[in-house]
Amino acid sequence: MHGNSTYQPQSKIGQWFEKRLPIGGLIHSSFVAYPTPRNLNYWWTFGGILSFMLGVQIITGIVLAMHYTPHVDLAFKSVETIMRDVNYGWLLRYLHSNGASMFFIAVYIHIYRGMYYGSYKEPREVLWILGVIIYLLMMATGFLGYTLPWGQMSFWGATVITNFFSAIPGVGETVVTWLWGGFAVGNPTLNRFYSLHYLLPFVIAGVVILHVWALHVSGQNNPTGIEPKSDRDTVPFTPYATSKDGFAMVAFCILFAWFVFYLPNYLGHADNFIVANPAVTPAHIVPEWYYLPFYAILRAVPDKLLGVLAMFGSIAILAFLPWLDTSKVKSARYRPLYKQFFWLFFAVCIGLGWLGAKPAEGIYVVLSRILTIYYFAHFIVVLPLLGIFEKTRPLPNSISESVLGSKA
Amino acid sequence: MTTQRILIALTLAASLGAAGAARAAEGTPVPPAQKWSFAGPFGKFDQGQLQRGFKIYKEVCASCHSMSLVSFRNLAEAGGPGFSEAQAAAVAAEYKIKDLDDKGEAIERNGRPADAFPAPFANDRAAAAANGGVAPPDFSTLAKARTYERGFPWFVIDIFTQYQEQGPDYISALLQGYKEPPKDFVLPAGGNYNEYFPGHVIAMPPPLSDGQVTYDDGAPQMLAQYAKDVTAFMMWAAEPHLVARKRLGFQVMIFLIVLSGLLYFTKKKVWSAVH
Repeated sequence: MHGNSTYQPQSKIGQWFEKRLPIGGLIHSSFVAYPTPRNLNYWWTFGGILSFMLGVQIITGIVLAMHYTPHVDLAFKSVETIMRDVNYGWLLRYLHSNGASMFFIAVYIHIYRGMYYGSYKEPREVLWILGVIIYLLMMATGFLGYTLPWGQMSFWGATVITNFFSAIPGVGETVVTWLWGGFAVGNPTLNRFYSLHYLLPFVIAGVVILHVWALHVSGQNNPTGIEPKSDRDTVPFTPYATSKDGFAMVAFCILFAWFVFYLPNYLGHADNFIVANPAVTPAHIVPEWYYLPFYAILRAVPDKLLGVLAMFGSIAILAFLPWLDTSKVKSARYRPLYKQFFWLFFAVCIGLGWLGAKPAEGIYVVLSRILTIYYFAHFIVVLPLLGIFEKTRPLPNSISESVLGSKA
Repeated sequence: MTTQRILIALTLAASLGAAGAARAAEGTPVPPAQKWSFAGPFGKFDQGQLQRGFKIYKEVCASCHSMSLVSFRNLAEAGGPGFSEAQAAAVAAEYKIKDLDDKGEAIERNGRPADAFPAPFANDRAAAAANGGVAPPDFSTLAKARTYERGFPWFVIDIFTQYQEQGPDYISALLQGYKEPPKDFVLPAGGNYNEYFPGHVIAMPPPLSDGQVTYDDGAPQMLAQYAKDVTAFMMWAAEPHLVARKRLGFQVMIFLIVLSGLLYFTKKKVWSAVH
């Protein structure tokens, strides 16, 4: 995907095949010869970790699908059968349910890394927007998947989320009925959610290919935020990036295994071990942790339609980040003020996440409103103005100079 | 960086205060943390405890609570109460199972190991009608379906201590939590006052009392012991592969730590040329 390949297969068969389909050259230029900045830190290993997690989710998901039954009377029981009677079914299912959370932990680190080092700026705007699309697809897939075990939180989560669309003026109720395939969340809903939950990961995989393609056209950003200027600034992907990514991936798996084997239900919700019951509403309907900041934004707005718009807007605004940030300097390393505002924004997102898990009453609502306003102000006010007023630090002349300079 | 620290400190302080206030407002005490044999990375079910818990389930709980996802054969499976296959079959044979004979006539036959525990009521509506309007919950996943709010900072600390026993702690506290209601508390008809139950009004009358179930192994025949034993049994019913999970987890951890160590030094060697 990068430049013309000089790859020459050793074997006769390889040469014969390469002439007809140069897939060896594609792999060689993308994952062997591909030049990566020599100063990448460990925050840059999360792209590889995310690809790995997508693979884990697809493989465990395909096997789980062999044992799962998408029917309102059987779904809960079929999941319990997987947990009890399928060989290593408990392992498959805990890998899949905790894998979703690990996927989101990795994607959040990946996104914040992009924000900190200005990876969304020219020439990587399309790369960034593709990433936002992947993130949206992940949110949809995670939500659809959480419905499938058909526990209380599955059912009521699905009811709350699909009801967002009833806020659309005029046609809202019609749209929701159409989404449900009936007049309430029921068997047709579960069936279509299952179908879409199986479909979307492959759509994600497709957009990931575009994302990696765009990455290999523009090249990776790096902690200095300045582009490589000579061969001294880069190292070949293999063995340098592969050895580093490999180590990071296995280290990440330790965290993953910690949850799968020792805290498998920590990130879930106890109510989802109660079979879905349309007649009993749980005391607090709480989405999965990775949606909590957006749930807080939704509930911070008193008007339903505006709340839904604010929630979707809080994600959509990410796509405009390349143009909202007016600074010419990419990396927060050379932007002393932006660095402060970055961490403030990070703290606000954590705060919103915490508020999303709290009941929408009293002080929590007030705090949610303040933090929601700040969330949007970060994009609409702080970032455009910072680019104009901030006095940035001098940039090094090249990546290699910054590496040698930091050593001295 | 200092602004950042102050912000984090403020967030922590605010959330701590809010969590404490929320708990005090509800007036529900925190269930005391018990020592469970199945807690922690090397946790295992105590076979004797599971057998005692099963005895309580069979003699007391099963008259109202179903356990429809657990089969008699499970009693003889590894990591459980440790019944022999013959013992599990003997337990099964004590139960009557509704079935059809070869002519399609409805019959009742003796239970077999492959059968699930039969429910005490014909259906949910019958169970609800016999129990003041709400069917008693099924035991199969109950120990994982109950919890109490941990609040900050406990939910962070729990990640490191591997605390996953909110359900058992809550259930065991609930079984011992029946009390005389406070003077100004209006108890609705058919309700019982329980300290740990959200809202304090529980339909279930106190199910266990000292000396109610006879133990054959000399364990104390006291409410506290009963509560703990039946709760451990419920945890096994909800998570029958817990022991296998933790054992495999330890092997996987050792493998991953060794592999990541090897990969770390490989990476160091590879990069030594450019650093």
